[in-house]
Amino acid sequence: MHMLAVLSRLAWRNLWRNHRRTLIMLLAIILGTWAMIFMTALMRGMVSQMVADGISSLPGHVQVHHPDFRDDPSVANLINVPDSEIAERFNAANFRQWASRVRVPAVITSEYDSRGVTLVGVDPALEDGLTFVDYREVEGRFLESADDKGVVIGRKLADILNTEVGKRIVLMSQDPDNEIADRGFRVVGLFTASVKAFEEQFVFAGKTTTQNMLRIGDQVSEIAVLGDDYRDVEAEFQKTLELINDGVTVQRWTEVDRFLGTMLGVMDGFVLVWIVVIFLALSFGLVNTLVMAVFERVREIGLMLALGMRPKDILGQIILESLLLLAIGLALGSALAWATVQPIRDGIDLSMVSEGMEMMGVSSVLVPELLLSDVVLANVVVLILGFFASLSPAWRAAQYEPIEAITKV
Amino acid sequence: MTAVRCVDLCKTYRQGEEDIKALDHVSIEIEEGGFVCLSAPSGGGKTTLLNAIGGLDKPDSGEVYVAERRIDNLSKGELAELRLRQIGFVFQAFNLIPVLTARENVEFVMQVQGVPAAERGQKALEILEEVGLKGLEDRRPADMSGGQQQRVAVARAIVSRPALVLADEPTANLDSKTSDGLMELFRELNDHHSTTFVIATHDKRVMSYAKRIVRMLDGRIVEDISQDAV
Repeated sequence: MHMLAVLSRLAWRNLWRNHRRTLIMLLAIILGTWAMIFMTALMRGMVSQMVADGISSLPGHVQVHHPDFRDDPSVANLINVPDSEIAERFNAANFRQWASRVRVPAVITSEYDSRGVTLVGVDPALEDGLTFVDYREVEGRFLESADDKGVVIGRKLADILNTEVGKRIVLMSQDPDNEIADRGFRVVGLFTASVKAFEEQFVFAGKTTTQNMLRIGDQVSEIAVLGDDYRDVEAEFQKTLELINDGVTVQRWTEVDRFLGTMLGVMDGFVLVWIVVIFLALSFGLVNTLVMAVFERVREIGLMLALGMRPKDILGQIILESLLLLAIGLALGSALAWATVQPIRDGIDLSMVSEGMEMMGVSSVLVPELLLSDVVLANVVVLILGFFASLSPAWRAAQYEPIEAITKV
Repeated sequence: MTAVRCVDLCKTYRQGEEDIKALDHVSIEIEEGGFVCLSAPSGGGKTTLLNAIGGLDKPDSGEVYVAERRIDNLSKGELAELRLRQIGFVFQAFNLIPVLTARENVEFVMQVQGVPAAERGQKALEILEEVGLKGLEDRRPADMSGGQQQRVAVARAIVSRPALVLADEPTANLDSKTSDGLMELFRELNDHHSTTFVIATHDKRVMSYAKRIVRMLDGRIVEDISQDAV
């Protein structure tokens, strides 16, 4: 313990011996740490937003479908358990939230134009908070019940169809007998979405109304269950499997959208690679600083060895010096990253490039996500790698012969 | 008891194309409580002998014993421990750690030894007063003259009362008054604590304090005379 005190004092004093060199290195570490943490927060935010938007278009963390629904999401592939029985089972399971819906491809037609859309028949009481549509932000109103006769479409679709709240449109799909199933609806609301493509793709109608239009009785095409954390939906998945597993496919959202699932999976690895790459750039400066520090202090190191310090103490002193420098840089860099995130924690408005962002499936507001685990990871990785980077100059210093070092000119 | 025993030491340095015999079959025995001056012209081998005794340099052949323990075959770690616990060093130049104050430099060896802070602080202040550096305890080496630095080095060498003190030209940067004061301090430690001193010097004033003078030339001992003869 007393050696640690000796080494700490020497390391600290030596650190500030060459102020300019130390400050330059410190600045590099601070900026490197800032870049690691801040950029990771932006990337995390972007991926989280992509995942959140992706999930909201599904939506639901765990989903139940007919086994063939993914290949042919039509009225031909409905869940064979009646909706009333589904409601009985799922209501008793105490999920955070769940909903059953009808989801089929359809064509929407106004007097001016027509478009292919996804018709979603929903029970608005079950969907509030589950769907990406904020009921309170809807122009006009959202659906009021499962047998609401109105339809809610996206603002962008309304522009394309040149329609508005109060006007009528026609929705057309197929019934199970491959006959045309169509119905006229009055537009009761226009929704907006953070991903503009959703405004063009989804059309919401009452579940019962949709079932009647499609002549499918009490059947639905999808059950969606919402968990507390999209990163861990295993409990909800297992519970859903227990509730319904006859003639259906139960999937986690990562299986429903493999691109997003994979992206979330590789994000941790990507963060680690990013941290290591920045550290590698930093390590050249760090090792150079230490080599110079050792080179300048050969005689002093020789003196300390002559006075009875062991080679391993010299090794420890140089490593401690490096770790102190890194620790200060990491602390200041982490604080700077945190301070940088605070003013933009509600999001950065990227509406200027919203179309480009949309192509990537990201909304036009980028909310940075600063995770404690990322800050800890960056700090720990840099300290561990810094330790190894310091070993070479420290080992060199420890190998000096005292009398050769002390007489070195 | 024998404090230092060297048996048939040889050490050759290569300088350019030429081999220099720094030690040429040197054997010497120094009793505990001895006060020995090694005297030689430059290149005579006195510093090499001092370094061999202190475990700072390994002889090419021969044996070195300190407190009757053979040290020329010890590992780096064992030698460091020996120097830390049993030997005090005063070097000709570059004696102090630049980032530590005078008091911290004096405390350094004690701190590495694990002496409690209060005890070592007290001892450091006392010894600095003894070497005439009262009031300069908090100065760093860069803010002290060569003589003052040398006195700090001496204080550090003797503060933990080692059994053996090896000093290489300890008075090289000191004025005559300070030199006398320092040598009297060495003698006092030698007389009262039986600390063994081996001092390499050219200085006749220093030699006048010695109980024994060993003269060297070209790596060989050419004369070994006791206090009476001096």
